[in-house]
Amino acid sequence: MNFILDVKNLEKRFELTSGFLNSLTFKNGKLTKEKKAVHAVNGVSFAIKKGEVFSLVGESGCGKSTTARTVIKLYEPNNGEIFFEGNDITNISRKEMLKYRSKIQMIFQDPYASLNPRQKVIDIIMEPILFHKLANSKQEAEQKAFAVLEKVGIRPEQAYRFPHQFSGGQRQRIGIARALALEPELIVADEPVSALDVSIQAQILNLMMDLKEELNLSYLFIAHDLSVIKHISDRIGVMYLGKIVETGTTEEIFSNPKHPYTKALLEALPKINGKNMVDFKGLKGEVQSPINLPKGCYFCDRCNESLDICHHTIPVEQEITKDHYVSCHLYKGKDNE
Amino acid sequence: MEKLLEVKNLKTYFHTFKGVVKAVDGVDFYVNKGEILGIVGESGGGKSITGFSLIKLIESPGKIETGEILFEGNDLVKYSEREMSKIRGKDIVMIFQDPMTSLNPVYTIKQQIEESLILHTNLNKKERHERCVELLKDVGIPNPENRLTNYPHQFSGGMRQRVVIAIALAVNPKLIIADEPTTALDVTIQAQILKLMTELVKKQGCSMILITHDLAVVSEIADRINVMYCGKIVESSKVSTIMNHCKHPYTRGLLNSIPDIKDNKDRLETIDGIVPNMFKLPKGCNFYPRCNKRMEECENKEPEYREYKEGHYISCHYPIEGER
Amino acid sequence: MENNKASNIKSSFVPKKKTFSEKFDDFKKSEGFYNYKKSKSAIAGTIIIIFIVGVALLGPLFTVQDPYDIASLSLMDAYRAPSFMDPDNTQFLLGTDQQGRDVLSAIVYGSRVSLYIGIVATLMASVFGITLGLISGYYGGKVESIIMRLADIQLSFPSLLIALFLMTIFGRGVTNILLALLLVGWVKYARTVRGATLSVKSSEYIEAARVIGLPSYRIIIKHILPNVLTSIVVLSTIQIGNFILTEATLSFLGLGVPVTEPSLGMLCSNGFVVLFSGMWWVTVFPGLYIMLIVFGINLLGDFLRDEFNPKLK
Repeated sequence: MNFILDVKNLEKRFELTSGFLNSLTFKNGKLTKEKKAVHAVNGVSFAIKKGEVFSLVGESGCGKSTTARTVIKLYEPNNGEIFFEGNDITNISRKEMLKYRSKIQMIFQDPYASLNPRQKVIDIIMEPILFHKLANSKQEAEQKAFAVLEKVGIRPEQAYRFPHQFSGGQRQRIGIARALALEPELIVADEPVSALDVSIQAQILNLMMDLKEELNLSYLFIAHDLSVIKHISDRIGVMYLGKIVETGTTEEIFSNPKHPYTKALLEALPKINGKNMVDFKGLKGEVQSPINLPKGCYFCDRCNESLDICHHTIPVEQEITKDHYVSCHLYKGKDNE
Repeated sequence: MEKLLEVKNLKTYFHTFKGVVKAVDGVDFYVNKGEILGIVGESGGGKSITGFSLIKLIESPGKIETGEILFEGNDLVKYSEREMSKIRGKDIVMIFQDPMTSLNPVYTIKQQIEESLILHTNLNKKERHERCVELLKDVGIPNPENRLTNYPHQFSGGMRQRVVIAIALAVNPKLIIADEPTTALDVTIQAQILKLMTELVKKQGCSMILITHDLAVVSEIADRINVMYCGKIVESSKVSTIMNHCKHPYTRGLLNSIPDIKDNKDRLETIDGIVPNMFKLPKGCNFYPRCNKRMEECENKEPEYREYKEGHYISCHYPIEGER
Repeated sequence: MENNKASNIKSSFVPKKKTFSEKFDDFKKSEGFYNYKKSKSAIAGTIIIIFIVGVALLGPLFTVQDPYDIASLSLMDAYRAPSFMDPDNTQFLLGTDQQGRDVLSAIVYGSRVSLYIGIVATLMASVFGITLGLISGYYGGKVESIIMRLADIQLSFPSLLIALFLMTIFGRGVTNILLALLLVGWVKYARTVRGATLSVKSSEYIEAARVIGLPSYRIIIKHILPNVLTSIVVLSTIQIGNFILTEATLSFLGLGVPVTEPSLGMLCSNGFVVLFSGMWWVTVFPGLYIMLIVFGINLLGDFLRDEFNPKLK
């Protein structure tokens, strides 16, 4: 199988006790040194085929954005491996990473924060082209930039404006153009439409789908809302507290969700002409702290169907049907049946 | 049905350096007693400003130009700031979008709930304490006795929004204005909070105006919906009418661009173009440049806001026929 | 599939660059210029500053004497009262000092020294402070700890005390005073810039620059610096005034400029001994002029602060 991105057992922690003084705590009349860390990503594995759209879904704090940023090496992973087109990029230096930079690009969530307010749009697009020497002269780079902007629906005569002169949707198009400027093969999109209005969301999603077809791209798509990714995804991974609890094709996840958390996410969605949200039973309690991870299944305290075993044993991922994996004790593996 | 609030030809303009922004431009609507009215639209539609105008929390350079806000028959536009402050937080309360910033971080939850009790009721200390516990219990906060003395940062986002709701409900208001109350929350939490709000509103018999960009959310809990675009109400009717028989092309566009999880189309339907510049609104219908049903007349003549059928108001020259 | 790449899309658009006059027209229509026109104090500040700069640049062409040229002074003219008090005195408008030096001429020449020190010291302190602030804000860690603790220590002493201390070591002289002001002034810049850098650093556009693969120095110079500069512009205007005052104080105390290059502060101290013997003009006029300079700068600085700080709007 030809994977463009293969992530194995990725882990990312953020130390809370970076300085020596911060790590000291006063407990029971004694001064003790303690290490505290936010366990943002706890062993995430997934692979994306060429030309595929893989989506990670989960609520705030589930580690989806951290996963995306670690994959693209904005953060250094603490553990695990990342392969891009078969090459190990887990622990390579910034210089070695440069040759992959043009192949993996990112689209950001906030169209207001992701563009440098002091740069003209044309400079924003030209910067990566010139830096990676994809053009021989400034004129050529400019022409390239215009072409990319036209592609995402920004007229070239608008290119000499500053970002604040554009609306949110247009800014997101500019952000997409910046990512496309380097002719990437994989685009990591971190909630690219969640800050936009509904009608604009649809425009951007359509644009992303068109670009994918036209330029033969692959996407790692991050979202907090299942409804958004339905149309764009080929496969979906549902994340909870830094772990993928369920993966499967879009079809499977929507028509045959297995994990109680996936079910809850689907049930809670408000629906036109329905009483989906109002009928939602609700989850117990709140998301557990990523500082002190639960012992068993991370979801067990909120789960409506939890068993005894859930509280002390971490469930293993198992294949339910073809390409549909669930980490949940409710489903006995094929071997056990 | 008895009308609790009636707004007539309300205009709120902002006089900025670049020109006048007609944030709310002549809206007419009403809220019945015990009813949930949803106001939906995209950003820049003027829905939040409408909410703020109702309690006259409009700061310079904004100004309520004309119109009437009849609350139980009294025109709030004519009220002085002093008179307004007796209504705000008592008869009309507001719930804001961001539960992280709408609570004061230096006071305990109890102090913040008590504040409005002290201001607007004659309860003594013991009664106030009991009321606080009761309120927290109502909004579903486990072990309210202990949590009263907590500070806002000790609560999660969803729990904080529950506290905000408890504060809003403390003095049995007649009207709650909720401005995107769940936008900052996760879907599972959103469902719980909205369900809670609906239940409490129905239980207490008060009315609510729910301002949101999410049509799916209002469709589930509101009784009637106003759809706003560029400061004007383009369509208003009962939920079922809006969802199944909407007549305005904008409403239809909004509905169609919502990804439906049961539907299997490859591309999403969109509304072309972008929201127009508020300084340079089109001469005729505001929606003209983006409308896929536009006619010549729409370019120059502004459509009138009229009653299309009983209880169904639109402002469009050429309403769409048929069902969605 | 290969020829489907973005590189094969061509655009026929030829860009048109804006001319200077078009840019100027844009500026005249901008909100900042509109607010400026509305702000009386900002306009007053500008007029004062233009006047002061004009005096410093062109003043020497009109003065009755070169106060540094001992030969042109005559002791016979010592302690002449200003013209409005002494009708016989038509030559020296604001009177003369103990050496027969024209006070007005001395102010014109002295303001050149004061302004030079104020502006150059501000430039030096800002460049030094901004660099350290950017480095400590962007890289963090040990470098940051060292720079910032140093700044903390320095801030726990009054800045004038440090300047006095440094001048005692260095001795008088314009270069020395610039050095002293640099060492006193960088702290404010470093702290402001570090704070701004920390908030800019976490923006998504910095992440975007890193995703492109830009090296740190380019990110700092092209993406962070332009976005922290606004906070610096305001600080710098105020700082020029502060430095002029500090320099005046040092010179007044006899630790500033050498006698051969009298600044406004030194002129004040010259006449100080005879201030209460009726010859007040020797001290008061240079003093008033210092006040005017700092006043003008602060008026403009206040306007800039309101303009650049959205929180105050």
